[in-house]
Amino acid sequence: MADTISIYLVEQVLLVTIPDNITDTEIVDLLENLSERIVGEAARGVVIDIASLEIVDTFVGRVLAQLSSVAGMLGARTYVVGMRPAVAMTLVELDMDLPGCRMALSLTQALRELRRDGLA
Amino acid sequence: MPNSRFAEIFKIVTADRAELLSDWLETQKAAGVRRPDLFSDAELTAQLGQFLDGLTAALADASEEPGGDLRDEEWAPLRDALLDILRERSERGAGLAELMRFVQTLSNPLAARLTEEVADRPELLSGELLKINRLLNTCATYAGTHLLDERDEIIERQRDEMRELSTPVVQLWERVLTIPLIGTLDSARAQEVMENLLNAIVEHRAEVVIIDITGVRVVDTQVGQHLLRTASAVRLMGGEAIISGISPKIAQTMVELGVDVGEVTTRPTIRSALAEAFRKVGFQIVRGEASQRG
Repeated sequence: MADTISIYLVEQVLLVTIPDNITDTEIVDLLENLSERIVGEAARGVVIDIASLEIVDTFVGRVLAQLSSVAGMLGARTYVVGMRPAVAMTLVELDMDLPGCRMALSLTQALRELRRDGLA
Repeated sequence: MPNSRFAEIFKIVTADRAELLSDWLETQKAAGVRRPDLFSDAELTAQLGQFLDGLTAALADASEEPGGDLRDEEWAPLRDALLDILRERSERGAGLAELMRFVQTLSNPLAARLTEEVADRPELLSGELLKINRLLNTCATYAGTHLLDERDEIIERQRDEMRELSTPVVQLWERVLTIPLIGTLDSARAQEVMENLLNAIVEHRAEVVIIDITGVRVVDTQVGQHLLRTASAVRLMGGEAIISGISPKIAQTMVELGVDVGEVTTRPTIRSALAEAFRKVGFQIVRGEASQRG
C-alpha cells in the first residue's frame, strides 16, 4: 500500500491531493481507502485537491462524482478544489459538469464553508 | 524631351492643358461625377490639374507603358498625384465607382484632342487611342485596388479591436467579477468569453461572477446553451455564476425554447445581481447617515 495517495486528517476534515500522474487503479483504490477513513475518523468533510491535474477524463470525472456520493452517504460533505480553467472548459465540452460535486476555488474556501456549516 | 512612345499624348497635355482641363471638367459634370456637395469647383479643378501635372511629369520620362500597379519609378509622379487625389476624395466620402470614373472621364476629352492633333496622320490614331485607354484604365484599376486594400486593412484592424473590446472582465468588488456581454455571442466568442472569465477567476480568486447579457442582441437556444456552459465551467472552478440582464422578453423566449437554467442564478438587472453577489460573499450595503437624514 506504499503508493496509495496520502489522506490527511485536519480537524475533522480529510484532505486528499491527487497527483498529476495518477493511474486508474490508484484512483479506484482511493475510493475504497477514503470511504474507510471517513468512517474510521468520523470525518464530516472531505476536500479533494485536483490542482495538479492537467487532464480530467471521463473516468476520473466519474470517480470524483462517485467519491462525492459515497462520502455523502457516510455523512461527509465533499469539496473538489483547484480545478484548472482548461480542465473546466474540457469537462463542459464533454457535458460532464459533475452535478453531484461541490466545487471550491481553493482549500481555504472549502474549509471556510465547512466551518460555516459546523462541519469542521 | 519626351520619349517617342507617348510623344503625341505628351504634346496634348502640355500644349492644350487649359482646354483639356475645362473639357474634362465639363465631362465630369455631364457624367455626374462632380459631387458639388463634397467639392467646390475650385477644389475639383485643383484635383484635375494635379492629375494632369502628374500625368505630364510621368509622360515626360516614361519609356514604357505602366505595369498594373504603377510601381515603375518613371510613373511615380502620376502615382503620387493619384494617391493624393484618392485620399482627399475618399476622406470626403466619395465612393469606389466614383473614384474610378473620376479618372476614366479624362478619356473622352483626351481622345477628342488627339483626333484633332493627328488628323493629318490617321494611321496613328487607333494606336494612340489604345494607349490612352490602357493608361487611364491602369490608373482606374490602381485607384480601385488601392482603395480596397486600404478598406481591408481598416476592417481587419477594427475586427481585432472589437475582439479585444468585446470580452472585458471587470472586478466589481473583492471576489466579485462581471463580464458585460455586448453584441452577438457565437461559438468562437463564447469560447473566448469562457476562457477569459475562468482565467480571471483564478487571478482574482473570485467567488461570484456576474455574466451580464443586457447588451446581447439575440438570445436563442444556442446563446442560452453557451451561457449555461459558461456557468457550468465557473461552477467547476468553484465559483458561482449569476446571469443578469434577463429581460421579461428573454425570460419568455428561454422558457418557450425549453432552455433550462437549472441551478444557475438569474436576475433581471445587474443591480439585483450585484446585491445577490454581495449577499453570497458576505458583504452588506448599509445606507450612510447623511442620506438617511435626507
